[in-house]
Amino acid sequence: MTTTRDAPARPATGTDLALHLLRLGDDALVLGQRLCEWITRAPTVDEDLALSNIALDLIGHARVLLTRAGRLDGTGRTEDDLAYTRSEREFTNALLTELPGGDFAQTVARQLVYTHYAVLYYEALAGCADPELAAFGARAAKETAFHRLHADRWTVTLGRGTAESARRMRRGLERVWPYAGELFEEDDVVRRLAAAGTVPSPAPLRAEWDRRVTDVVTRAGLTVPTPSWSARGGRAGLHTEEFGPLIAELQSVRRQFPGGTW
Amino acid sequence: MSREREGAPASWEVFLRARRGLAHQHVGSVRAVGPDAALAAARDLYTRRGDPLSLWVVRSDAVHAASPDEHDPYFAGARHKPYRYPEHFAPLTEEGPEGDHHP
Amino acid sequence: MSAPTATATVTAAPAVPAATDRSADQDGPLAHFEALIAAGETVEPRDWMPDGYRRMMIRQIAQHAHSEIIGMQPEGAWLTRAPSLHRKSVLLAKVQDEAGHGLYLYSAAETLGVDRADLLDALHRGQQRASATFNHPALTWADTGAIAWLTDGAAVINQAPLCRTSYGPYARAMRRVCQEEAFHVRQGYDLMRALCQGTPEQKAMAQDAVDRWWLPAVALMFGPPDTEAGGADARTAALGAAVSRRAIAWGIKHHTNDELRQRFVDTCVPQAERLGLTLPDPAIRWNEERGHYDFTPVDWDTYREALGDGTHWARQRLAHRRAAHEDGAWVREAAAACATAGETT
Repeated sequence: MTTTRDAPARPATGTDLALHLLRLGDDALVLGQRLCEWITRAPTVDEDLALSNIALDLIGHARVLLTRAGRLDGTGRTEDDLAYTRSEREFTNALLTELPGGDFAQTVARQLVYTHYAVLYYEALAGCADPELAAFGARAAKETAFHRLHADRWTVTLGRGTAESARRMRRGLERVWPYAGELFEEDDVVRRLAAAGTVPSPAPLRAEWDRRVTDVVTRAGLTVPTPSWSARGGRAGLHTEEFGPLIAELQSVRRQFPGGTW
Repeated sequence: MSREREGAPASWEVFLRARRGLAHQHVGSVRAVGPDAALAAARDLYTRRGDPLSLWVVRSDAVHAASPDEHDPYFAGARHKPYRYPEHFAPLTEEGPEGDHHP
Repeated sequence: MSAPTATATVTAAPAVPAATDRSADQDGPLAHFEALIAAGETVEPRDWMPDGYRRMMIRQIAQHAHSEIIGMQPEGAWLTRAPSLHRKSVLLAKVQDEAGHGLYLYSAAETLGVDRADLLDALHRGQQRASATFNHPALTWADTGAIAWLTDGAAVINQAPLCRTSYGPYARAMRRVCQEEAFHVRQGYDLMRALCQGTPEQKAMAQDAVDRWWLPAVALMFGPPDTEAGGADARTAALGAAVSRRAIAWGIKHHTNDELRQRFVDTCVPQAERLGLTLPDPAIRWNEERGHYDFTPVDWDTYREALGDGTHWARQRLAHRRAAHEDGAWVREAAAACATAGETT
C-alpha cells in the first residue's frame, strides 16, 4: 500500500481524487474516533474487544486514505498533518460518522448503515484501475464485511430481544437514518471521477444497500424508517456543533506540543 | 443461579487451527448467546495475531470427558503394552538404536 | 496490562492443609496432588485439589483478570487523544489486548467451577479487588508510555514465572498473555523514547510521568515486601515469607516478591539511562558486591502509601466499571432473551 509508483493503465491523479479519498478517510477516522469513546464503557468486556477491533480497522483505513490524499493533492501533507492540523471546516466526513453519544442501539444502528455502505463501496473500489487503490479496496471490503456481521447480529439481537431493547433499536434506527443518504451523494467531483473511470460513484450502490439493510431490519422484527428529511453538508465541511469538541479532543495533545515528535 | 439472574450466556469451548498442518487445538472458552456470536467472540479474542486458519466453537456442556477418577479403567492399559513401541524390538541394524540412519 | 499477582497470595491466605495432614492420607488424592506438584506437573481442572489451593487459585486469577479490565481505564482514556494515528492504533491494540487478557483469565477461572458473571459482580461490589496500581491516574499522554514501559515491564517479570505455575489453565492463559505483553513493554519504551528525543517540553512530560509511575510499578506490581532484605520488619517478613512459601510450595509462585522486584530494578535502570530519564529514587546505584542495583527498599509504609486506596481515582475506577456494567444491562438482557427464544444469531 505504500508503493509510490504510478498506476500504469489509468493513473488516478489530481485534486478530484485527493478530495474523494479525503472524504472516505475522514469518514473512517471520525467513526473510528467515535468508537474509541466506547472502549471501557461497552455492555460487556467482549464488546469492548469487538468495538476496539472495528475502531482499529477504521483507523487503519483512514491512514491509507489520508496518506494517499496528501500525496495526490500536491501539498505533501502526511496522514497526521491531515488528521491533526486541519480545522473543523476542513473535515469532509459525512455527518453520520460524527453523531455523538447515544446508547449502544444507536451505535449499532450507525454501524449497520455505515458497514453495509462501506462493504459495497470498497468492493466496487477493488475493481478500479489504480492497483494501489484496488488492493486497498479489496482488503478494506474484507475487514468491513466482518464489521457488517457484527452490526447485523446486534441489530437482530436487540430488535428481537426485549421490549426495551426493541424500543431502543427502533429509536436508534430512526435517529441515524436521515444521515444515510449523504454516504451515497454524488457531486461534480464524484461524477468527474466516475466518468473518467478513476473510481466508482457510490450513488448506484444505494438500491442494493436498501435491499440489504431492509433484510436485516426486517429480520430484527423492525421496519426501515422513512425520514422526512435528509442530512447533508459534511462533504462541504459544514458539520454539527458536536463535531468541534470531537476535533478538539482528537488534536489536543499534538497541538499542545508544537514541533513535537511522536 | 447467577447465570439466570445475570442472563449470562452459555459457555463455548474454542478450538483454533493456528496454521496449516496443525490440528485444531483447544485455546480457551468464551461466553456467547449462540454459535455465531461465539465464533465472533472467539475470533476477536483468540485470533488477534498470526494468520489463523479456522476456528471451532463447541458448547461446553456438550463436551463429555473421561475424568481423572476413571483414569485407570480408561487409560491404564496404554502404559502396559510395551510391544506397541518400536523400541521394544531389536534394532534393524546391529550398530545401535539409530537403526538404518546410523552410518 | 498486568497484575501484581503476588498481592493476591497475601490476601488469599486460605486455610491450608498443613504438611502433617499428608501422613493421614498418604495414598489418597492429596498425596497424588502433592506428587504432581513435586514432579513439576500441572494440576488440571478435573484433578482433585485441596480447597485452599482452589481458593487461592480463584482469588489470584480473578484479581489478575479484574486488574486487566480495570487496567484498561487509565490508557483507554487517552485513545481519543493519541497524538498520531500510529500511536492511536498501537494504543487501541494494547487496550484491546488488556480486554483479551482479562477474558483469557476469566476463562481460566471458570475451569475452577466459578462463573465469570459472579466474579465481575464480586468486583463491582468491592468483594474482590483489582491491582492498586490502577488507583493512580493517567494525567498526561506520557503516562500511557510510562504505564506500558514500567508497569507492563514489571508485569512481564512478575508473570514470566506464572507461565510455569502449577494450575494448567492459568499457566496456559499466562503463556498467551506473556507473548502479548512483550509488545506492550516495547511500545511503551518506544513511546517514551520518542518523547525524550522530542522538544524539551515533551521530555519534561516524560520525566513527570516516570516520577509518578515508578513507585506504583516498583511497589504495587510485586506485592508487599516479603523478605527482611526487601525492607520488611522481622514479623512482616516472617508472615510474607510464610505466604510466599505456601504459594511456592504449591507451585503457584516460584520467587519471592522481593526477588522479582530486584530483577525489575536491574532491568529498568539501564533502560532509563538510555532514555535519559531519572528514576525517582536517589538510592539507586550499582552494587558491585551484590551484582545488583541497590534501591530504596519498599517497606510496609511505602507500600501502604503507594496503594492509594480510597482516593478519588480508586473510587472513580470502580464507579466507571460499574456504570459500564449497569448501562449495558439491557443489552445483556436482550441477548439472553434472544438466546432463550432460540434466536441464536
